[in-house]
Amino acid sequence: MTVILNQSFTGISIGAVLLLIALGLTLTFGQMGVINMAHGEFIMAGAYTTYVLQKSISSAGVSLLVALPVAFLVAGAMGVLLEWLLIRRLYTRPLDTLLVTWGVSLMLQQLARDIFGAPNVQTHAPDLLTGNISLGGGITLANSRLFILGLALLSVLALTLILKLTPLGRRIRAVVQNRDLAEVSGIATERVDRTTFFIGSGLAGVAGVALTLVGPIGPTMGTNYIVDAFLVVVVGGIGQLKGSVITAFALGVLQSVLEYSTTVSVAKVIVLVAIVAFLQWRPQGLYTLRTRSLA
Amino acid sequence: MTTTTTTSPAPPVALLERFRVPAGFALGAVLLLGVAPLALSDFRLSLLAKYLCYAIVAVGVSLAWGRGGLMVLGQGVFFGLGGYAMAMHLKLADAAATGQTLPDFMQLYGTGDTLPWWWEPFANPAFALAMTVLLPMAVAALLGFFVFQRRVKGAYFAILSQALAAALAIWLVGQQATTGGTNGLTDIQGFFGYSLDDPVNQRMVYFIIAAVLLLLMAAARQLFVSRYGELLIAVRDSEERVRFLGYNPANVKLVAYVIAAGMAGLAGALFVPAVGIISPALIGIVPSIGFVIGAAVGGRASLVGAVLGAIAVAWAQSTLSDAFPAAWTYLQGLLFVVAVGFLPGGLASLGIVLRKRRAGTGTGTRTTGETA
Amino acid sequence: MSGEGLTVRDLRVTFDGFKAVDGVDLDIRPGDLRFLIGPNGAGKTTLVDAVTGLVKSAGSVRFGGEELIGKPVHRIARMGIGRTFQTATVFEELTVLQNLDIAAGAGRGVWTMLRRRKGIPEAVTKALETTGLTELHDRPAGVLAHGQKQWLEIGMLLVQDVKLLLLDEPVAGMSHDEREATGALLQRVSEDHTVVVIEHDMDFMRSFARSVSVLHAGKVLSEGSVAEVQADPRVQEVYLGRASEPEPAPEPAAASVPVAEEA
Repeated sequence: MTVILNQSFTGISIGAVLLLIALGLTLTFGQMGVINMAHGEFIMAGAYTTYVLQKSISSAGVSLLVALPVAFLVAGAMGVLLEWLLIRRLYTRPLDTLLVTWGVSLMLQQLARDIFGAPNVQTHAPDLLTGNISLGGGITLANSRLFILGLALLSVLALTLILKLTPLGRRIRAVVQNRDLAEVSGIATERVDRTTFFIGSGLAGVAGVALTLVGPIGPTMGTNYIVDAFLVVVVGGIGQLKGSVITAFALGVLQSVLEYSTTVSVAKVIVLVAIVAFLQWRPQGLYTLRTRSLA
Repeated sequence: MTTTTTTSPAPPVALLERFRVPAGFALGAVLLLGVAPLALSDFRLSLLAKYLCYAIVAVGVSLAWGRGGLMVLGQGVFFGLGGYAMAMHLKLADAAATGQTLPDFMQLYGTGDTLPWWWEPFANPAFALAMTVLLPMAVAALLGFFVFQRRVKGAYFAILSQALAAALAIWLVGQQATTGGTNGLTDIQGFFGYSLDDPVNQRMVYFIIAAVLLLLMAAARQLFVSRYGELLIAVRDSEERVRFLGYNPANVKLVAYVIAAGMAGLAGALFVPAVGIISPALIGIVPSIGFVIGAAVGGRASLVGAVLGAIAVAWAQSTLSDAFPAAWTYLQGLLFVVAVGFLPGGLASLGIVLRKRRAGTGTGTRTTGETA
Repeated sequence: MSGEGLTVRDLRVTFDGFKAVDGVDLDIRPGDLRFLIGPNGAGKTTLVDAVTGLVKSAGSVRFGGEELIGKPVHRIARMGIGRTFQTATVFEELTVLQNLDIAAGAGRGVWTMLRRRKGIPEAVTKALETTGLTELHDRPAGVLAHGQKQWLEIGMLLVQDVKLLLLDEPVAGMSHDEREATGALLQRVSEDHTVVVIEHDMDFMRSFARSVSVLHAGKVLSEGSVAEVQADPRVQEVYLGRASEPEPAPEPAAASVPVAEEA
């Protein structure tokens, strides 16, 4: 029982990481239909930002706190640049964005290799986040994972508030639900797209900061997460935050419980089969926008 | 069926049209089966054999992606299944030739001294050969059936294909005792009784690969011009419309996907004697996307374009990646961006694009992606 | 081949509690040229969607003695019901001939599918002539004029050997000449098919309809010949109430005002 609980907590923290990554994807994939493979490299950018900041700010705690907004801005700026240079030319061919952004991601990985070297680097976690909390009965929670969980939930909350309460959020939701109608209603969809891309990519940067707490930083660190994060969006349903939240945690827990009862590799296969089976039941994902359109 | 006079085009054009394709095919055959073996050293010819394996995958990619609009990003899975099926048989044959019951890596990492049950049938060459094609086709049929039947979106299909590639690669790595793990199946000595160390036999392998490529290109060409080929384009352009015509688009897509998988499997099987190895590194997400880039550069919807593109990219990769690894990665990334982003018809469409531009009508390349 | 009738009983379609089609009965006899008219949101397109299996519905739709509700889209299509959409959807990268050939071939065997097309099937030749597209048969459908695309779509239904054609606003966006040509085409087609047309254009309806059903708020408001429907005060109320003012007009319509004034 203790093992199962510990394993579930590990799963929840895996889910939190997936969620942080998938939040940005829900926006960009949901609003624009863009499959941005370079999202993984925005994670990497966030992680390296933390690394660089820690070199100049010696305090691990301060640098981590500074890194959160800075990584958001760095990754967000990269996202805007990508949107402006390439993606806006490809809105009529959403599937092709996958290959184009994959090319971008290859180049960004190489860029990271050229700047920081091919071997992985490491940051120091602040002392506060290195310990464990023991709940008794053999159940322990790692502080760093609790922090990531908190960060993910905070991001969900912030994003929900932005989408629900601000004029920008209303515009974003309008564009997600009916792009053409939004356009003729006087919404500058291009600007909304760019802002959405900024926020979505920025969240990847935040995810990168979080990942420095639980693993090494390397040029290909994003690739390891990107497909899983896309699966979260696929299962959760496009453009739906609550779908992503539920799915991220469900997949995280499923994966880590299965890993415990079988092996990592078998767990992956079972999760994939489960996803394909799930799509038989709900081909559009957990939550969908109901529309009458053919597409 | 009655023929009316309205279709008969002007005779000279018809003659040209009629002989263009067979002439091109004959030229390709002469180059691959005549000129290349004479002009190239053993080493270069074996490299070409490897590139041709990628070209065989590209034939299927051109059918499924170029014509059918299916973003097949998991071809590494089928390539790998074909490759492992072949390699398992060759490893068993190698072991049997030296009087062993187990392949060498199993003696090193294995837990017992008995062959896993699922290895046993691969000792039979006919079974193993059939599996190189049937196994990938079966997996594709299974995934394709569930995905296409429920009208899962094109983007979802692309992501699921990638996830499948990742899962298979991870699974292979995890089963070191029975699959060789990260190393894969290596050090293959013989090919159905012929030693692969002998350059003459290596040349034989090359000829087999070249012949298979030519045959598959001819078969794919027949599919392209058949009614099925027209229907496939129709499904790509407007799936819903095809459904209202009384077809089930899921089946149309499934056929293209399964054929492409079979071709990738065959390519993987031929890759093993040509290169002497099959490993998870050839299967995961990265190589799977790599299988598409050649077709994208050459022209996804053009059979010859896709094949030449695949050969060219493979050549560039093995020529540049050792000497200038960083430069190659940048170039590869740039290829994706430029070919897919700005020249969706690939190099095969360059002539048309330039002509249009000169005529002042803009680029006007039609989109070939499925908008699902 | 003389068309097949369609019998709709108590058809209901609900979107999240909104009753888009709310208990519709229709009897369309073989060889009819029926127009479905009604204000926006009356449920016309949804009704056609339900008949063709595109949306889930309750009630009964019988065609040729068989129940359609619950059958998948392509099965309904194979029974001989063809439809077009508001926006013409032809396969733009294929030629006119290829478009028609695909439409003609839903029942083809594997062997035929894997071979190249040799010659032109008779039905295709006939459809080319009926729609007046013979000269354009080897053009890519993407370069056709708007009206020609609609005719191609109708031609595609003809070669499918459908018995019932459901056309969603076939003349929307057409020039006057194109409308006349389309009307004439529909009359030719209805000689041996049953045709149902969703239409907003009242002039077009008056010139070519054989019978009319008026839908309003998911229900059938009125049914009959053009003259009968035009004389129905309920129709005038619905139509004029909406047409003369953006908001429902307070003043009741005078009985003598013809329906046609709205569009």
